[in-house]
Amino acid sequence: MAQPKNGVTADDVKKIAKLSRLHVEADRLQPIAEDLNGILAWIEQLSEVDVEGVEPMTSAVDMAAPMRADKVTDGGKRDDVLKNAPKSDDGFFVVPRSVE
Amino acid sequence: MFIAPRIADKKDWITTDTGDWEIIIGLEVHAQVASESKLFSGSATDYGSAPNTQVSLVDAGMPGMLPVVNEFCIEQAVKTGFGLNAKINLFSRFDRKNYFYVDLPQGYQISQFEHPIVGEGEIEILPIDGDGNVGEPVNVGIERLHLEQDAGKSVHDLSPDETYVDLNRCGVALMEIVSKPDMRSPEEASAYVEKLRGIVRALGTCDGDMEKGNLRADVNVSVRRPGGELGTRCEIKNVNSMRFIRQAINFEARRHIDILEAGGEIDQETRLFDSVKGETRTMRSKEDAHDYRYFPDPDLLPIKLEQSFVDRIKAELPEMPDVRKARFMSDYGLPEYDARILTADKTKADFYEIVTKGRDSKIASNWTMGELFGALNKAGLELEDSPVSADALGGLIDRILDDTISGKIAKDVFEKMFAGEGTADEIIERDGLKQVTDMGAIEAMVDKVIADNSGQAAAAKENPKLLGFFVGQVMKASQGKANPQAVNKILREKLGL
Repeated sequence: MAQPKNGVTADDVKKIAKLSRLHVEADRLQPIAEDLNGILAWIEQLSEVDVEGVEPMTSAVDMAAPMRADKVTDGGKRDDVLKNAPKSDDGFFVVPRSVE
Repeated sequence: MFIAPRIADKKDWITTDTGDWEIIIGLEVHAQVASESKLFSGSATDYGSAPNTQVSLVDAGMPGMLPVVNEFCIEQAVKTGFGLNAKINLFSRFDRKNYFYVDLPQGYQISQFEHPIVGEGEIEILPIDGDGNVGEPVNVGIERLHLEQDAGKSVHDLSPDETYVDLNRCGVALMEIVSKPDMRSPEEASAYVEKLRGIVRALGTCDGDMEKGNLRADVNVSVRRPGGELGTRCEIKNVNSMRFIRQAINFEARRHIDILEAGGEIDQETRLFDSVKGETRTMRSKEDAHDYRYFPDPDLLPIKLEQSFVDRIKAELPEMPDVRKARFMSDYGLPEYDARILTADKTKADFYEIVTKGRDSKIASNWTMGELFGALNKAGLELEDSPVSADALGGLIDRILDDTISGKIAKDVFEKMFAGEGTADEIIERDGLKQVTDMGAIEAMVDKVIADNSGQAAAAKENPKLLGFFVGQVMKASQGKANPQAVNKILREKLGL
């Protein structure tokens, strides 16, 4: 397989998984790194394109963000918002303790 | 990378056995936009509402929900940019700052990384030391201002092994104002925050309420030998009062110096300020420092402002504190110190302008700053909660200016007004404090005092200092109500001085 210039290692995968709060078994790190490198190598073909003098594109649609007026039009749906929470109490989401 | 060319004033150096050190300070201030609804959703932003009642499905990070920008928030950011004398970027963009935390259901904060809405600017600050001495003006550079979402609130004391999460604040618009590392003392840092607070309050873009956390500062501190190479900095998160800012910087600078002098190295880390103990402590170290993996938010199109939109905002700007200060000095003839204190905050400046309307401006300033601010400070009250209104204070000054009461009696009347006993006129009437201006009556009192103290009266010609004694006696006889100028004048005549 072609290796991209800035390929990822098993350690990179471990780090990204940790940052993304994903659990990846140790024996999957290397295969995932290889998959990612395959994708990166494919995308790297883009670097062959000459983009001299072309502004970076932020969006595929050439328009500015639509905006809304500063009015309260939402909220007041506490029960809906809490519905999927594994645990709630007294109107709060309740989660495992996040500080020591 | 930041550079920090200015060297601190010698008075701000910290001198130890090994020599001199200076403190380098930069601040990131988060100012909550005074909007009705959130940055990307129509939920309300009210403070202190029941938990999770101001949360939409967008704020809760539900799949498939799309953010829509609040135009008012964009406008406030531009306005504040003008207040900071900064460059307004017609093109800006929102990026995702990725991290996981219980009070951030999206898994990322929408912020502006590469293209902030406001670029570089500069403001002038006047630091004041603990004794009230105004220092030399210092220019503080602004690196940028960008818009971002606030996070929710985690409550850790409702259960021993769980965290309670309220998302009411989640998604509220914040303006993050980043300074250059241009401050060199705790006093400069707090003067900077005070200046920012004055600017956003004058503009009405943020209410500046630090107690509610609507304006809070992250403080970056490092130390170096004066003019030497920059040291490693630590960031102290969420410091929410001017006093705490100064305390945190003092503590942190000392900590750095102690470590460096013991031959150690500073770890670049994020720290918390414990306001009870007055110290900072590690929050997270470099090892688990965040890697935010910023990228443009694909749910949001870039913000492209029309020049006409920006021009309109500029044309509608209210008077800024610096301009108002200059006007107070030129129009009212106030000294710089008075003008600075009075215009640091819009509420104070508005109050003063009512007090001084049609009255002597320096007397109005003395009564507003000296008596009223002093009394409020002592009582721990904000000007908004003053028991004496601007009109009422003006009414008291009127009675001084028309000689109804002396300045001395006025202080007693003021105390009673502050205690809620009524208007100046009511108190003067009730307590019979009207100054005696009847020349005949004063003359009679003077005659009596001279007759009772004939020995001193004879000696007064040789020793004019005795005049003070006679003035005191007459004032005492009149229970403080005689007009002091009239007493003086008549006494001089009668004693032949």
